[in-house]
Amino acid sequence: MAQKVLMKGNEAMAEAAMRAGCRFFFGYPITPQTEVAAYMAKNMPKVGGTYLQAESEVAAINMVYGAAAAGARVMTSSSSPGISLKSEGISYMAGADLPGVIINVQRGGPGLGSIQPSQADYWQATKATGHGDFQIVVYAPSTVQEMADYAFAAFDTADKYRVPVMIMADGLLGQMMEPVVLPEPKAAGDLPEKPWATCGHGMARPHNVVNSLYLTAEDLDALNRERYERYAVIKENEQEAECYRTEDADIVLVAYGASARIARSAVNAARDAGIKAGLVRPITLWPFPERAVGAQVDGAKAFLVVEMSMGQMVEDVRLVVEGRVPVEFYGRAGGVIPTPDEVLAAIVALNEKVGE
Amino acid sequence: MAETESKDMKVVYERPHSLLPVVTNFCPGCPHGIVERLICETMDELGIEGETIGVAPVGCAVISYDFFGCDMIEAAHGRAPAVATAVKRVHPDKVVFSYQGDGDLASIGMAETIHAATRGENITVIFINNAIYGMTGGQMAPTSLPNQVTQTSPYGRDVATAGNPIRVSELLNALDGPAYIERVTVDSPKNVRKAKKAIKKAFQNQIDGVGYSFIEVVSTCPTNWGMTPQAAFAWMRENMLPYYPLGVVRDVVADGFANAAEAASARNAACPIAHPEKAEEGEAK
Repeated sequence: MAQKVLMKGNEAMAEAAMRAGCRFFFGYPITPQTEVAAYMAKNMPKVGGTYLQAESEVAAINMVYGAAAAGARVMTSSSSPGISLKSEGISYMAGADLPGVIINVQRGGPGLGSIQPSQADYWQATKATGHGDFQIVVYAPSTVQEMADYAFAAFDTADKYRVPVMIMADGLLGQMMEPVVLPEPKAAGDLPEKPWATCGHGMARPHNVVNSLYLTAEDLDALNRERYERYAVIKENEQEAECYRTEDADIVLVAYGASARIARSAVNAARDAGIKAGLVRPITLWPFPERAVGAQVDGAKAFLVVEMSMGQMVEDVRLVVEGRVPVEFYGRAGGVIPTPDEVLAAIVALNEKVGE
Repeated sequence: MAETESKDMKVVYERPHSLLPVVTNFCPGCPHGIVERLICETMDELGIEGETIGVAPVGCAVISYDFFGCDMIEAAHGRAPAVATAVKRVHPDKVVFSYQGDGDLASIGMAETIHAATRGENITVIFINNAIYGMTGGQMAPTSLPNQVTQTSPYGRDVATAGNPIRVSELLNALDGPAYIERVTVDSPKNVRKAKKAIKKAFQNQIDGVGYSFIEVVSTCPTNWGMTPQAAFAWMRENMLPYYPLGVVRDVVADGFANAAEAASARNAACPIAHPEKAEEGEAK
């Protein structure tokens, strides 16, 4: 019987990563993710792992690049402004087909922004984590349990497809405590072989090269096409979402992470008030759960997307809905957390608008 | 053909095994080829080609991953020391080196350079200083000399507005981390031999656990300097060597220490928190 422990979201992600076989962590302090680094600094040495405080987020992600190239399971974490700095290295990882895990405990932006919870990095994570044609897998947990589960699973996904994987949390999830059942630690022997890694060839094979430079345009075109075939497989196999009270829903909310918790409360309140509301909660932001959202279009009168931003994921919902029913947005920005009452009011207003 | 001729002849000079049989992208007269060859001779002589991971920079040496026979990683511009740090942490028993130019190492990558050095990462860094950005066509580098004309200092580097050149070896010598820093050049057979000795020592130090070793090679760029290779070496001797004097800048082993950590400990001997064992001795008395 697995034991429940009370943990902070940030610490649960760190512990789960170690249990997934992550033995290298390169960090840099920034609120509200610093507990991830602090947990790694304290606990990595106990398992023979490496915690290294990099000189910058730029250096940290390039250390992730190096450790991944060397064949290790490796992670870094940061918060929004720091993720912007990491975008260089994430692009290089994608270009060199390197697996690695990046945590973003989002805070308000743009610029230095605020240190309160936010979801304003959705576009950055799903559309433009760096320059060039590439995607990364993005998981959006909404409980401390899921933070542990997806931090653990992220390493398998990264290794399976040789892609960077991001855990999109926010300051609310990172800082809050909940009971969690931690995943069973992987044995060293359970980790996948990486014959492409640069770890010294021992004169037993041709040299391995980890690289993202292709001076012949046709070569890079072909490689990008090959990579997008892999992305198509990811889109097919890795979409994840949770549907809550959507069976007969007129008003379908779409929300992820912390705002999904609020949306869920608002759905219950709406149901109590006689409005048939439901919630689709994307767990993967990329690939976007097109199937789960699309399945609601026929039965719904309208969609309401709730985000802690000025409205970013709402565009992906509109792409799926294709104008068949109205898609409206409710959000708070800059670190303000919407209340269930605010979301309920938006549901009531939308229901009145489309109800007749 | 070598097979049939070899009966009566002795091989006196050949391509090092760890230098792959490919045509490099370097311009005629460029010293990169000499330095990369010295690294390969070193790998062969130390028998470490199969145990070495090299990190290539962004710059003229960007596709060095196709030249070196050891496993290779191409790093983002300036990030080679961060990449090398991580590789060494993952494989502490392997040999890890970075090969970088002046724009890569001393401009965009200065933070990574300084911090890998001050951490005393047990890696080898080979720094090619030719006072110019070669790959992009000859722009001002952090090591371009005062009044040096480049594409982006067309009236000569005006130190009043463009600042002064950086003497990287001396800068790193301010840190406690490095074990060995030497500045060499490859303008003559004698200096090539000296450079080889320094490079080999920088790799041997890593194998012996002595610590971070940094070799600065004062070099030329005939193409972007607009000179013949010979004239470029003459200009280098006349102008660069007075600014970037050759020689050993630091050698903790020559100073009587086993490694960089011991030397650092001696340097900060007066700091109590850095020496808790002394404090405990004091308390016991």
